[in-house]
Amino acid sequence: MPDAARPASGQTGAMIKVEGLSKSYGGFTAVDNVSFECRPGAVTGFLGPNGAGKTTTMRIIAGLTPANAGSATLAGHHYHDIPNPATQVGVLLDASAQHPGRSGREVLTLGAIAMGLPMTRVDEMLELVSLTPSESKRKIRNYSLGMRQRLGIAHALLGDPQILILDEPVNGLDPAGIHWMRGLLREYARRGGTVLLSSHLLHEVEVIADELIVIGKGKIVAQGTKEELLHSAGTFARGLDQNALVNALTQAGIGSSPSGDGGLRTESSPEEVARVAAAAGVVVTELRAAGGAGLEELFLELTAETQRDESTPEGVAI
Amino acid sequence: MSAPTTYATIDMDAPGIPMSRLVKVELRKLVDTRAGFWLVVSMLIIAALITTAMLIWAPDDQLTFASLFAMMNIPTGILLPVLAILLVTSEWSQRTGLVTFTIEPKRSLVVTAKLIVSLIAGVAAVVAALALGAIGNILAGVFHGGAGAWDMTWTGVGHSVLLQMMYLVQGFGFGMLIMSSAAAIVLFFALPTVWSIVASIVPWLRDNIQPWADLGMAQLPFQSGEAVTGDEWLRLAVSAAIWILLPLVLGTWRLLRSEVK
Repeated sequence: MPDAARPASGQTGAMIKVEGLSKSYGGFTAVDNVSFECRPGAVTGFLGPNGAGKTTTMRIIAGLTPANAGSATLAGHHYHDIPNPATQVGVLLDASAQHPGRSGREVLTLGAIAMGLPMTRVDEMLELVSLTPSESKRKIRNYSLGMRQRLGIAHALLGDPQILILDEPVNGLDPAGIHWMRGLLREYARRGGTVLLSSHLLHEVEVIADELIVIGKGKIVAQGTKEELLHSAGTFARGLDQNALVNALTQAGIGSSPSGDGGLRTESSPEEVARVAAAAGVVVTELRAAGGAGLEELFLELTAETQRDESTPEGVAI
Repeated sequence: MSAPTTYATIDMDAPGIPMSRLVKVELRKLVDTRAGFWLVVSMLIIAALITTAMLIWAPDDQLTFASLFAMMNIPTGILLPVLAILLVTSEWSQRTGLVTFTIEPKRSLVVTAKLIVSLIAGVAAVVAALALGAIGNILAGVFHGGAGAWDMTWTGVGHSVLLQMMYLVQGFGFGMLIMSSAAAIVLFFALPTVWSIVASIVPWLRDNIQPWADLGMAQLPFQSGEAVTGDEWLRLAVSAAIWILLPLVLGTWRLLRSEVK
């Protein structure tokens, strides 16, 4: 396991800091005035539909793409200026961007030579990501996407970095793989490491991340801890007599709206709704915090827009 | 939220990656794929085939150390630039640049390491050609009575090495400038040829420009092993500036600035 929590003369502020970052290609704005921070000891999920600007942002942080405006720093330094950076910042940008004719072991060996690591580190990392010795000697062209992701994680962790930046690392992993990744990154963060990982699937990020940054069309649309974002959406309630429940709530000054599946949604807490229903003598059959609905709706909206853009045939006026 | 008090932070005093390690990695990348491995091996096989063919069919007076060495420089002169091109373009075509340039974000250091590696390959090719030439010449002396002369001037060897390195660096520059394996290889061979043909057809170009801007023509006097004049050196320098230095500078500029995808 990476020993990320070296109790060195550290800092308690943001390890990754992105400020006013913008990048456009011709007329297309890929990243639009994006600012966020990632703190050590937490897994930060970077969530957004495909093409929202996640990869571009991460490439700018790793110094592979120049930004038009703003800055991206790691503990106050630009990636470009960090000596032997892969031993301090582990980066996985595209697990498929490997020479298909090299073996997984060869890729890690090249990395270990460049970073100046002992060759035993290669075996340790292969074991950590559960690539067997025979798999590690196979050419990457014969790897599944899941195996490439595991190799990419191994490469990112090779230099025992304090910061991890992973672009869609869960993509292509089966449920067991996602569970494994969750355990790995949680442990890494618990030891004091900083993790920024992107995904286009809400569920994946929900499982792994502590903090969330949601991006759509190059702009940050929401950010906060998972609890804040997932539980800010009030209460879902269903009554035996739906009209009576709505009336009781209205009389108590609580607004509500139908949820579309026979229930209703309010901004109040479940407890308040229960008290109102009990006082009015209305039978409630279902009552719970409407967990994540706000974020889910926001995310569906973002995704739907992208999908509609893609599926609109040319020449059709809307 | 109760966060732990201190965390490991970025160490700006850590030692950087020394050039020797970058060179070691690039040397290994040269031969650790099937394509790279066979490119290197095929140069040796072709050189061995040429030696054998000359021993069987060449007239005795042509079976000398100098001519065996000269023959072997022809295939390496073609394959070494290809090797140099692939060393650069594979970072883009196979997208390994994403990893290469995150491990060492100072791209000029990576470029330097790659250039050193291609020069090492070039020197190795010359040494191999000398060794195979010597073996061939010994065999020639054994099997053909009148053959096996050893006389070769250092000037001749020096010029051969110079030309090999020029082809190589030219390929390297084309690779960086064009960034695509196929296009770089095609243009490396086609562009100078097309220019030569055009320049020799148009009279004004032929008389005024070509002697100073046709690298192949400027290199001719250096292939004979005879001494060359100061004028010939000057023409070589000027045409090399156009065909080698210019692509190298523009290519480096492009590689340092472009986005790695």
